Amino acid sequence: MIKVQNLYKEFDGRNVLNNINIEFKPGECSLIIGASGSGKTVLLKNLVGLYEPEKGDIWYDNNNFTRMPLSQKKIFRKEMGMLFQQSALFDFATVEENIIFPMNFFTDWSLEEKLERANFCLKRVNLENANKLYPSQISGGMQKRVGIARAIALNPKYLFCDEPNSGLDPTTSIVIDHLIKEITQEYNITTVINTHDMNSVMEIGEHIGFIHKGELIWQGNNKEIMDSECQPLNDFVFANNLARQLKKRG
Amino acid sequence: MKKLFDIAGDYFLLMLRVFRKPEKWSIFWKQFWTESNKLVIDSLVIVSIISLSVGAVIVIQTASNLESPFIPKLYVGVMARESLVLEFCSTMIALMLAGKIGSNISSEIGSMRITEQIDAMEIMGVNSANFLILPKICVATFFGPFLMLMSFFIGLIGGGLIISVTGIITLAQYVEGLRFAFKAYYIFYSMFKMGVFCFIIASISSYFGYNAKGGSLGVGKFSTQAIVISSTLILIFDLILTKLLL
Repeated sequence: MIKVQNLYKEFDGRNVLNNINIEFKPGECSLIIGASGSGKTVLLKNLVGLYEPEKGDIWYDNNNFTRMPLSQKKIFRKEMGMLFQQSALFDFATVEENIIFPMNFFTDWSLEEKLERANFCLKRVNLENANKLYPSQISGGMQKRVGIARAIALNPKYLFCDEPNSGLDPTTSIVIDHLIKEITQEYNITTVINTHDMNSVMEIGEHIGFIHKGELIWQGNNKEIMDSECQPLNDFVFANNLARQLKKRG
Repeated sequence: MKKLFDIAGDYFLLMLRVFRKPEKWSIFWKQFWTESNKLVIDSLVIVSIISLSVGAVIVIQTASNLESPFIPKLYVGVMARESLVLEFCSTMIALMLAGKIGSNISSEIGSMRITEQIDAMEIMGVNSANFLILPKICVATFFGPFLMLMSFFIGLIGGGLIISVTGIITLAQYVEGLRFAFKAYYIFYSMFKMGVFCFIIASISSYFGYNAKGGSLGVGKFSTQAIVISSTLILIFDLILTKLLL
């Protein structure tokens, strides 16, 4: 479980996150939604330790991540996997080498064992026969799958996804969403997903937090979101005509 | 001035992260040989071409300035050797490398920064500075002096070739000049300087690449800054080392 308590973050005196309190449970896909610039990515980067909050605490089970020394954080990060918005695959490495990369650093497995694990992860994300290709030689959807395969290579306890559907067509987006949900449930991972894709919200939003201008102003699930009275959330969710008409029809 | 101190502080903090024991030596050595190929082997052709042509030019210019019958012709060889070993093969080649390998390093690391590849490494728990920068600095600092040595010999060959073609002096006079009053210390001095210059190039370029921001335009801007700062520091350290070592 991840618990965020009274989290504040500012850049150049400008508050980007304001008193954030939220919990993310294992085996559940938690979605952070909000408009561009609302503070979603900043929250995610605080969660993984890429940013230091001004105030507040982030707990991973019973460990206070924000108060840990860097050396301990480094060890802790081995339990985290992250899928980036642009996949962030290493250009210098093939698909297979990308997945093996964390194994090279943190395991003493033989090459055969690493390859076996890499093939298992690739099979798990339904991507086979791409082992020897470079990231530039595969499509955006395939890159996301490789990103997921790399993120789960070391059996992480926590998975973070920053806009996993950005740049993907709706069909591929849903495939990626379901893949993340299946993996979350299968390995009982605590998954946090940043998104502003409403398809994802409706498909896999078991727990949703809505951030508006740096504040977490609503929490619920994909059923409750339809009946919410929160005006900024409604403006965000029913931003297009089709959604507004659907809401009117109930 | 405050910005300058900020940059210097950031640079030293980055170097503290770079000079840590690698997570695994096998990974370090693999990176080391990969970087050797990229930074050194790929520079051999350009260093050879420049050294050959400059060696030839120095011989022609020196010969045309030593037309007095009272100055022995062997001094053409002496002057060519001293010019090459004292300044050209270390400082001039280092300035050229600041452009070639400096931009290569800063743009490569900068691109990795803006596409979040460095963040991905950090989240995995990998010391990205150590993994990416240490092999580059080690390769540049270790092989740089050998590039200087190679440049020196090719420069001398360039001088010899132009003498064979033009006959401005005899080859025997040239070779005699090369051997006359030869100080091996100058070779050591020049190799040492080159090691320092290559450390500057690799570490400064890595620093600017590692801190790049602002998309592809930002990478370009930071690469340019890396080359300008490296070149300026090379000239400053050239002055300091020459004063200290000669």
